[in-house]
Amino acid sequence: MGVEQKLGNMGVVTTTLEGVVNWSRTNAMWPMLFGLACCAIEMMSAQSSSYDMSRFGMELMRASPRQSDLMIVAGRVSKKMGPVLRRLYDQMPEPKWVIAMGDCASCGGVFNNYAIFQGVDEVVPVDVFVAGCPPRPEALIHGVMTIHEKVKGESFKQYAEKYKQTT
Amino acid sequence: MDKKLEPIVKSLQDKFSATFEEFRDEVHLFVKPEQIVDALTLLRDEYNFELLSALTAVDYYPQETPRFHVVYQLTSIAKNLSVQIRVPVNGSSPKVPTATHVYDVANWRERELLDMFGIEFDGHPDPRRILSPEDMEGHPLRKDFPLGYEEPQFTFNFDEIDLRKPYAKE
Repeated sequence: MGVEQKLGNMGVVTTTLEGVVNWSRTNAMWPMLFGLACCAIEMMSAQSSSYDMSRFGMELMRASPRQSDLMIVAGRVSKKMGPVLRRLYDQMPEPKWVIAMGDCASCGGVFNNYAIFQGVDEVVPVDVFVAGCPPRPEALIHGVMTIHEKVKGESFKQYAEKYKQTT
Repeated sequence: MDKKLEPIVKSLQDKFSATFEEFRDEVHLFVKPEQIVDALTLLRDEYNFELLSALTAVDYYPQETPRFHVVYQLTSIAKNLSVQIRVPVNGSSPKVPTATHVYDVANWRERELLDMFGIEFDGHPDPRRILSPEDMEGHPLRKDFPLGYEEPQFTFNFDEIDLRKPYAKE
């Protein structure tokens, strides 16, 4: 701020390193395909031309967990799918985030029974819950924007602490 | 009852002393567990029941003893007939001989019954659960299996339930 005022427009922007890192993380966030039920249809719709999630740098849905940093759990997770979900989450490189999309992934939804996990937060740590059955594409995009806000507020210190906890 | 079914029912009654019920033109024959393989073999070989279209079970707990009925729904494509064989089995250690060597399709159906009702099939080539995880306890389609799973959280008990909820670690 100070430098620009003194020297005028040099085509240079000053900021903090944290700011740059977080900005680049939010604007090239690659979600992993994890369509499990009807929410997946809305997730596909969110990427189509009328809603166009690629405005936020999210046009690349990766089929491989190694290449992605956001997991959108779209649909109910059965007891047999849980270990698979956890394994894929463990394979994602740090830093990583999780959106539980829809009522079923958030709290079990209408499936209060023996076969379905009552919220995917029993399997992986969730950052943002998106309500709706299924949520409209706008709601999913709002969830994504919320996670962008969260990422922009993170600091290196938090990353370091999180890393210490996991190892 | 369909006229074409009468001799079939008659011969099963003679050979296996099967009891017989009719409900809305559907024929139900009750046989004992140890007779089921012979009865199925007879129906397949003598009376052209070449398709086992359904193999399932019903739990009549607590109204009836024995509580389970294993239900074999047979179809004859050649004769356009269908007949239902029922095997009542009791609840403490339900066991029925396997029908896999009569109808191949019985293999996965019997695994499903083992999974959902805990009915064991003697001589089954691959007795594992088919739908639920291997380490699951109980059999979900039994009438005494608890309904539901999670207590709903309201404002007054939110914190109390939150403490014992199994949240995932990072």
